Amino acid sequence: MKKRTPIDRRRFLIGAAQAAGLLLLTGCDSLSRSDWFPRLLGKAEGLTRRAQRLVTTRRAMAKEYTEADLSPVFPSNGTSDPNDSDYQALAQRHFADWRLKIGGLVKNPARFSLSELRQFPSRTQITRHDCVEGWSAIGKWKGVPLGELLTRVQPLPSARYAVFHCADPDDEDQYYYESIDLEDVYHPQTILAYELNDQPLPIANGAPLRLRVERQLGYKMAKYVMRIELVDSFDSIAGGRGGYWEDQGYEWYAGI
Amino acid sequence: MTSHDPPPLEEPRQEDSLAPEQHSLDDTSPSVPPITRWYYRHLLPVRLGHWINVLCLPILIMSGFQIFNAHSALYWGDRSDRDRPILAMTSVRTESGERKGITMVAGHTFDTTGVLGLSGERARGFPSWATLPSAQWLAMGRRWHLFFAWIFVINGLLFGLYALLRGHFWRDLFPHWRDLQNIGKTILDHLLFRHPSGEEAKHYNVLQKIAYTGVIFGLGPLIVLTGLSMSPMIDAAFPWLLTVFGGRQSARTIHFLACFAFIGFVVIHLFQVIVTGLWNNLRSMVTGWYTIPESEEVHEKTNAD
Repeated sequence: MKKRTPIDRRRFLIGAAQAAGLLLLTGCDSLSRSDWFPRLLGKAEGLTRRAQRLVTTRRAMAKEYTEADLSPVFPSNGTSDPNDSDYQALAQRHFADWRLKIGGLVKNPARFSLSELRQFPSRTQITRHDCVEGWSAIGKWKGVPLGELLTRVQPLPSARYAVFHCADPDDEDQYYYESIDLEDVYHPQTILAYELNDQPLPIANGAPLRLRVERQLGYKMAKYVMRIELVDSFDSIAGGRGGYWEDQGYEWYAGI
Repeated sequence: MTSHDPPPLEEPRQEDSLAPEQHSLDDTSPSVPPITRWYYRHLLPVRLGHWINVLCLPILIMSGFQIFNAHSALYWGDRSDRDRPILAMTSVRTESGERKGITMVAGHTFDTTGVLGLSGERARGFPSWATLPSAQWLAMGRRWHLFFAWIFVINGLLFGLYALLRGHFWRDLFPHWRDLQNIGKTILDHLLFRHPSGEEAKHYNVLQKIAYTGVIFGLGPLIVLTGLSMSPMIDAAFPWLLTVFGGRQSARTIHFLACFAFIGFVVIHLFQVIVTGLWNNLRSMVTGWYTIPESEEVHEKTNAD
């Protein structure tokens, strides 16, 4: 049997170390810009979603806090005042003319005014808001459970996602939107909030109505909700990934 | 070759007949005829698990810094009250209009311009050479981090199960009482760069055992659990995680500290790998085969031959 000399092995190891170093320092950036590699990395999202849903019961509740735990100031992130003339006109009249439209794959499309929404049974919850950036804030939210509203409009059996269309555009006139699946739609803590800390929801935090999905990260919780559309797929909406940030490469499943 | 080995010391795992015959790489003494005693030191699962970690750790650490940079401050408790961080990396403009990178730790501020807070003319926590990707790109950092976190966790679980079930843990890793009794001598040996030879070199010393057991069964689970505590869905499934770690922001802080404990472990580990025979150590972690430095006793015997 032919034996390898130590020099061969040494050369091999040096080469391997150099290759590894090079791959790590420069390769990772070009991998990040490639087409296929981020898609491969993105496979982890499905695994995470399935694994987390497997260990979490449908009704498992996000922790609820007490008034003593409230953040002194609930931060406003992203849009703090939508750059949209229709929205500004609504805001001027304190959203008296605003109507929440619910349509898409539903039996009875409907419109609700803010005062009508306030007539529905409400839920109040003090919860922690976790931003994808890493910070957390605790706020007290009051709103109408989304499941409650949807039983009124009666989703068709083909409906799989609720898409939230919002009033705030970015610099390229792309409007914010988000989507959640039916499991989150009917979760008891999923509410459309019209109050923050016992006050009408401020514009900075999404007036007149924002979504709360307490078991996911903050970017799922669309502010300035104008219209809810039930769909069987979000492939044809905007970038096709199910949300504004999702279209920029963030995960659709934001449970982690 | 094998005739030089003292016969009663052989372990059943040693397979000298399979060892390649060659001169020791580390034998520098000219007066002693070079003798190599081969020992099959690392089994395949150990080597495989090790190199998967070598791949995962730099990626996890650097993509972790990328994620940290999206909000370069740490807090204690459940909330992140912006005026009460325990660590913050920021950039400030001085009166003369100059920009500075400032790092605040528990009330003390340090000028860290060029590295932390401000680097490459940009306000960012960790500098671009330490983050993955190098530019500020949170979404991509998360993709790397969460993908390789899965590989790290699966590798860790498989290795942990293997170590516990196949006796590796109890036989090679766990610091037993008789190991701990010699800890003073072992610390002294380390400080004097005295490395074990002969039979002693076949086993991990007590400091290695403490370090490996601590990392595999302590630090590893800690960094995974604090990572999971930052997941709002996992918090709903296992609310006790928040109680154990003192809140989500505390968990984030502990995750960060555990990351630096990993970095500290890796630095010391690499130092030890280099000073105790880089090529021998590397070869044994690649092929399994390790050459045993001879003890005094063997030297004498060799000279007598």
